[in-house]
Amino acid sequence: MGQSLDLFAAVSPDGAWTVTQVMRRARAVVEAGLLPLWVRGEISGFKAWQSGHWYFALRDRTAQIRCVMFQKDNRRLPAPPQDGMQVFLFARPTMWEAKGEFRLTVVDLLSTEAGGLWQVAFEKAKAALAKDGLLDPARKRPLPPYPLRIAVVTSPDGAALQDIIAVTARRWPVAQLLVLPTRVQGEGAERDICAALALLCRIEGLDLAIIGRGGGSREDLWTFNHERVARAVAALPVPVISAVGHETDVTLCDLVADVRAPTPSAAAEAATPDRADVLAELAHLGARLARGLAGRSARMAERLGGTFDRLTGTLERRLERHRHELSGLAGRLDALSPLKILERGYALARDEQGRVLKRIAQFPSGLRFRLRVTDGDVAARAGES
Amino acid sequence: MARTPPAREPLSFAQQLDRLEEIVRRLEAEELDLDEALKLFEEGIERLREARERLTTAEAQVKQVLSDKAGNFKVEDFDG
Repeated sequence: MGQSLDLFAAVSPDGAWTVTQVMRRARAVVEAGLLPLWVRGEISGFKAWQSGHWYFALRDRTAQIRCVMFQKDNRRLPAPPQDGMQVFLFARPTMWEAKGEFRLTVVDLLSTEAGGLWQVAFEKAKAALAKDGLLDPARKRPLPPYPLRIAVVTSPDGAALQDIIAVTARRWPVAQLLVLPTRVQGEGAERDICAALALLCRIEGLDLAIIGRGGGSREDLWTFNHERVARAVAALPVPVISAVGHETDVTLCDLVADVRAPTPSAAAEAATPDRADVLAELAHLGARLARGLAGRSARMAERLGGTFDRLTGTLERRLERHRHELSGLAGRLDALSPLKILERGYALARDEQGRVLKRIAQFPSGLRFRLRVTDGDVAARAGES
Repeated sequence: MARTPPAREPLSFAQQLDRLEEIVRRLEAEELDLDEALKLFEEGIERLREARERLTTAEAQVKQVLSDKAGNFKVEDFDG
């Protein structure tokens, strides 16, 4: 019979595989032969579906693989990758039975470009904030010089809070610190921070707010790069200092805050004046106050003194004039004194009652009267006429 | 008749310092009657005393603000 292929036997219902059988077998083979692995390549045809799952191809010059990254895995990433981006994937190779495709189910995705996905997310949020004018330098408010109530949004058990408390107590114990405790890292931390910021907006009489945390890894600091957090910080009714402890990485929270401090301690320093300086300033003002009044009094005294001099001068001149007048008057009075006339030999006749007798008729015969001469009285009587 | 100081609005610390500055400047620069100058001086001394008192009697205070599920918030001492 020879070596001929029995085509009919091969297509018999018993001898042929169904598509599903093939794919199922292929999948088993692939999954057994290719354990989860790291793959590198370039993103292409990226598409995020409504369901939250991501679909794209990973390719190099000569080949490509279809990839899916489910929502439960991709939600940990700060941003979706972009076409053309070089990435590392950690993925499980499998067969996509419904489409008959070889596929990678991606569990993790790292961008090899500077900053990676973090940078992409950062730039995206930053652009959105800039579009709304929230990064405008003209929005920056000056810090109040003497804050009395300072809100602090941070972790209640971090070193950041202890540093802020210590610096404030040393420099400006005049202020009251109001701590709004919140988680600052981990999944959902951004929601916590936004809630704390919303609470802060309801506190009355606040002068200033500090938001921050100590240093950490880039992922740890990521909470402060959420656009939501940045917008909540920008909307605060009081000036805010951001201190997301990292010298090198500026967060979006830093960018929208009125002042950026490199560390929580530096934030507390920027927030408060030094009490010793303010006391010195008060002493200086006190000295100026005293000098001001003294100067005023001196000028006043000078003016008063001038007036006094003019016044007394006038008085003296007037007195002098009066003195002249008086002495003239005295001389004239003296000259008019009757005693002076008597001195010259005249006599004054007066009756018993002391009336001056000036006419003949006043001297009836026999009248007793007295004559006043210069050195005394003489008794006299009128004779026959 | 006893002199009572004029009733004043409570000022913030910054406003108090501003007022003090203003008093000093006026005393230094303006031609005022003695009466006016003395009044300003007295107010200045009073402001100075109040400001010093505020600075020296203060004691660092740390409180924490917590909110409950109903959205009310309460302020309590913080002991961290």
